[in-house]
Amino acid sequence: MAVKVKIPTPLRSLTNNLDQVPAQGETLREVVLALDGSYPGMRERILDDGGEIRRFVNVYVNGEDVRFLKGLATVLGEGDEISIVPAVAGG
Amino acid sequence: MAFERALRCRECGREYPLNPIYSCEFCFGPLEVAYDYDGIRQAVSRDAIAAGPSTLWRYAHFLPCDPQFKVDIGTGYTPLIRADRLAKAVGLDTLWLKNDTVNPSWSFKDRVVSVAIARAREFGFEAMACASTGNLANAVAAHSAAAGMDCYVFIPNDLEQGKVVGSAIYRPTLVMVEGSYDDVNRLCTELSMEYPWAFVNINVRPYYAEGSRTLGFEVAEQLGWRTPDHVVAPMASGSLFTKIWKGFQEFHKVGLIDEPRTRMSGAQAAGCSPIATAYEAGTLNFIPQKPRTIARSLAIGNPADGYYALKQMQETHGGAAMATDEEIVEGIKLLAETEGVFAETAGGVTVACLRKLVESGFIRRDEETVAFITGAGLKTVEAVVDAVDQPLRVPARTDEFAAALSARRGAPVGASAGA
Ligand SMILES: Cc1ncc(COP(=O)(O)O)c(C=O)c1O
Ligand SMILES: [Zn+2]
Repeated sequence: MAVKVKIPTPLRSLTNNLDQVPAQGETLREVVLALDGSYPGMRERILDDGGEIRRFVNVYVNGEDVRFLKGLATVLGEGDEISIVPAVAGG
Repeated sequence: MAFERALRCRECGREYPLNPIYSCEFCFGPLEVAYDYDGIRQAVSRDAIAAGPSTLWRYAHFLPCDPQFKVDIGTGYTPLIRADRLAKAVGLDTLWLKNDTVNPSWSFKDRVVSVAIARAREFGFEAMACASTGNLANAVAAHSAAAGMDCYVFIPNDLEQGKVVGSAIYRPTLVMVEGSYDDVNRLCTELSMEYPWAFVNINVRPYYAEGSRTLGFEVAEQLGWRTPDHVVAPMASGSLFTKIWKGFQEFHKVGLIDEPRTRMSGAQAAGCSPIATAYEAGTLNFIPQKPRTIARSLAIGNPADGYYALKQMQETHGGAAMATDEEIVEGIKLLAETEGVFAETAGGVTVACLRKLVESGFIRRDEETVAFITGAGLKTVEAVVDAVDQPLRVPARTDEFAAALSARRGAPVGASAGA
């Protein structure tokens, strides 16, 4: 699957300042690993030591929080838009 | 004199300069302001604070902004009221209410915005913005108007009329987003990377969040430079709840009070209870929820400070409770009928949870407790409009009035009955 990934400011130092990059993968986990291939360092920024999404990172597929889907096992469709967004408090 | 020193990642401890940034570049942990507490200790005293203005600016030495940029419409130093009638109703010996309904835009959010807008002006921002469950929108719009700044506020599309008009009246660009607060928050986080605005709870969040500590400062000062045995406060993102405790700890750190031993308990609506549910499950990892509650001000299903709120409950031997919609309405009514304070839904959640925590014995009768009432009732009239007594409708005649009154009371009453 070819998907689009929106890159938040803190990660743009890894993507030569691109705010959106293409990636390939059947699942979210595969996409994160593919990103790490193109932009080394991406994996450890998004995932913790246990290989799970870091506590203060929110990942959305087409606007839906992946915790309401299948997390890293979420299966992706062609053209899906993935957003990586730091968690912020307030209200 | 400024005592803020740096921004520090709460997770990995990396430090950053005091810029409009909010997230650790390495681990995404939230950045928090670090202070020179020795400097503050030397600059402050009980007497000097007590002689300060009757606003949150009496704690200027603790705020991470230059007061020269402040927008002062009278926020803070709100009443701490002894609530004997409510104490009796819930079964406590001593209860206080921190009545933060009386701020300029009628919620505690004026505190966080006071700090955020001062810092934003210091940074040179020309426009303010926020993602809000309603109250924050009101506070940002009001302070921006007073400062003559452009303002963009983003709210979910299911808010009460009082909250919508309560923003619109200050003439911001008001944006209603299809979806819940969590959708609004995600949108704004993305927008904050593209627009040169100070989003109070995103890119200037580290400064904004510090404003809530003033609630802790005030309660400690108003109790006579000491802290209570127990606190009950509402939780949406969990920020307020953690900053009250931080305020107590900092007052101790700079020598103004003894070490706080307060048990900190949080209140949520049952229909949006990610933090309270995790507390009951005994875990620090909450599961996000899709909110369904009349307490729209607390309807954050993905609470960014939930983890820290849960850690704080553990650390202080506090807890959490949750209230159903009916209990929230009962809570609003009980507070109004016993203490003369009309709160919005968050206050109903707080009172209902206070009652449950006392009933279950979690808060002991002899624990001196402070409940935080954080927003005013006229903002959420919809919640109670069907739950209050209908007025007696009468022609302007004494006999008609007497008849209507005895009909309501089920027996003859009043002057004519006795005559
Ligand atoms: C009236 C009221 N009380 C409490 C809160 C909780 O704030 P926090 O997100 O800091 O937990 C909010 C948040 O919007 C609110 O509007
Ligand atoms: Zn970090």
